[in-house]
Amino acid sequence: MAINWFKYSSPASFYSLAGKMIPIFSITTIALFVMGLYTGFFVAPTDFQQSEAYRIIFIHVPAAWMSMFLYLVMASWAAIGLAFNTRLSSMIATAIAPTGAMFTFLALWTGALWGKPMWGTWWVWDARLTSELILLFLYIGFMALQAAIDDPRRADKAGAVIALVGVVNIPIIYFSVKWWNTLHQGATVSLTQSPKMATTMLTGMFIMALACWMYSIVVVLMRTRTIILERERHTTWVSELQGTA
Amino acid sequence: MFLWVIQRDLLLAMRQRADVLTTLFFFIIVVSLFPLGVGPEINMLRAMAPGVMWVAALLASMLSLERMFSSDYLDGTLEQMLLSPQPLSLVVLGKVLAHWLVTGVPLVLIAPVLGIQFNLPMDALLVLTASLLLGTPVLSLIGAIGAALTLGLRGGGVLVSLLVLPLYIPVLIFGAGAVEASSVGLGASTHLSLLGAFLLASLVFAPWATAAALRISME
Amino acid sequence: MLKVSDLECVRGERSLFKDINFSLEAGELMQVNGPNGSGKTSLLRILCGLAIPAHGEICWCGNTIRSLDEEYHNVITYLGHLNGAKDNLTAIENLRISSALAGNEIEESKAHEALRHMGLGGCEVLPVKVLSQGQRRRVTLARLLVCSTVLWILDEPLVALDGAAVKLVQSLLEQHLEQGGMVVMTTHQDINITAVVTKRLQLA
Repeated sequence: MAINWFKYSSPASFYSLAGKMIPIFSITTIALFVMGLYTGFFVAPTDFQQSEAYRIIFIHVPAAWMSMFLYLVMASWAAIGLAFNTRLSSMIATAIAPTGAMFTFLALWTGALWGKPMWGTWWVWDARLTSELILLFLYIGFMALQAAIDDPRRADKAGAVIALVGVVNIPIIYFSVKWWNTLHQGATVSLTQSPKMATTMLTGMFIMALACWMYSIVVVLMRTRTIILERERHTTWVSELQGTA
Repeated sequence: MFLWVIQRDLLLAMRQRADVLTTLFFFIIVVSLFPLGVGPEINMLRAMAPGVMWVAALLASMLSLERMFSSDYLDGTLEQMLLSPQPLSLVVLGKVLAHWLVTGVPLVLIAPVLGIQFNLPMDALLVLTASLLLGTPVLSLIGAIGAALTLGLRGGGVLVSLLVLPLYIPVLIFGAGAVEASSVGLGASTHLSLLGAFLLASLVFAPWATAAALRISME
Repeated sequence: MLKVSDLECVRGERSLFKDINFSLEAGELMQVNGPNGSGKTSLLRILCGLAIPAHGEICWCGNTIRSLDEEYHNVITYLGHLNGAKDNLTAIENLRISSALAGNEIEESKAHEALRHMGLGGCEVLPVKVLSQGQRRRVTLARLLVCSTVLWILDEPLVALDGAAVKLVQSLLEQHLEQGGMVVMTTHQDINITAVVTKRLQLA
């Protein structure tokens, strides 16, 4: 089993494996998105409290989940790359960052769109919103650091350090923001006011979360392939690839 | 050896006093600009004071971060430190301590004076000083990681702020929160002990991470 | 003592050198030659553990230098192409501090003596920034007089030195080799150092 895994840790074999996997995951992504959006918009009942506006949670909640989950995945790959000096793991980490940042931004944006009709304001300094904003800063920091370093090996390692420092800090940041929020009760709106969700709503949300997951896999695979080509452009297997293409 | 590092950095700071004073005056100027921006209403200023002081302290300590390793990097002395038979994290700890003595301590000392400008009551001034005393070393410790990672990069100064400022948030919240809590009569001991916990945690963790970052950047 | 096997260094995308193998015993000198950009500095940085090779291993007395880590730093002195001296410190402060950082605290009198030996008498208490390039190099080289390490890794030690100083360095190196020390160095200048064994490594 172990040998099998290490085979795909070589960029060249990963490149072809990813190439085969992308179409499968793309189709799954599209199918899940269609299913999820259909459930979200047509099957799920109208919420008696929030009427139609609530439907944005079908994208908002999965995006928020993905934003946090992807940061952990990114940091884990970066850590593996740092510990075992496997180039591919670091490349995957680099490939995840923009998708993670995109989901973070999406979660913030849809949150604002939701907040306006619900609370009458685009933005509240709620603990979750603030933490999400800080998460966006962490993603941007990671990407900016990697972009500023020319040597890819140093970029990988430096990115890993900052990602890990971020992971250690996220619980502390979340906890402090929450504390800070309770100290300033006046400005907050409770986000957990909604009554029990209908099962169809929940199903729709899970399908959407799965769709976002699949989407992330597709995009990360594609981006990893591009990074592999860019970094390995002087190797023989890439030039062979160009010859056959 | 540890003492040699501190002594060396303090000696260098003494020879370049202007750098130290720049950070201090930056802090004073930023704090003094706020009343000009928001108006001289006493109650509002008093309410704002902890946040203003702490944000200014964050910015001032960040301003001096780039200097922590870059001049040693440029003249090759950092290379020699990496080759020291002592653990690199110990060398780093020495440098961070020196950095704090040079940039953090002056802020702690001047803060009560600036607090008077904002009409802070006596006990709030004490809490402010105590929170800065516990919090500014954390800023130097965390900042060192960012400074080590951005060593020798173009635009390193701006980049370091992008990396480090989000990590400063807990210190900001509990530092400013301590003063606020004491002024509404809640007592600041919880906040201060949490700041102390941050200090201990970063004392253990940050030098080690900085040492790893330096090795990566020097390779 | 020092054994290097299958060393490869990659900078950016191109391989600077590969399949470097050599060993060095007590009293031996290794001169690394090669045109600019051939990786001499990279090789020396790898040898002292500052950089990690793309491939290969360096062993000191049978242990890899990565496993020895800080212990290895006790036996080497590396002088890079940067002087490693602070502009705002005096020559004597620089020497004492850099020695202390290398785990070798020295008395002020010993530092004075070393600097005088390097022909810096009278300049000891001047800040290094007012010294000439050659004098700064001498301040750096003075470390060799006070250190007690076995393996010296020197990157272009003779740059900016005048004839007298070159002779000084030459006798210093010869003395070190006689006492069973080892030297790995790069230089573009002609220097004739008598050693029991002189090895040469040519980088393309």
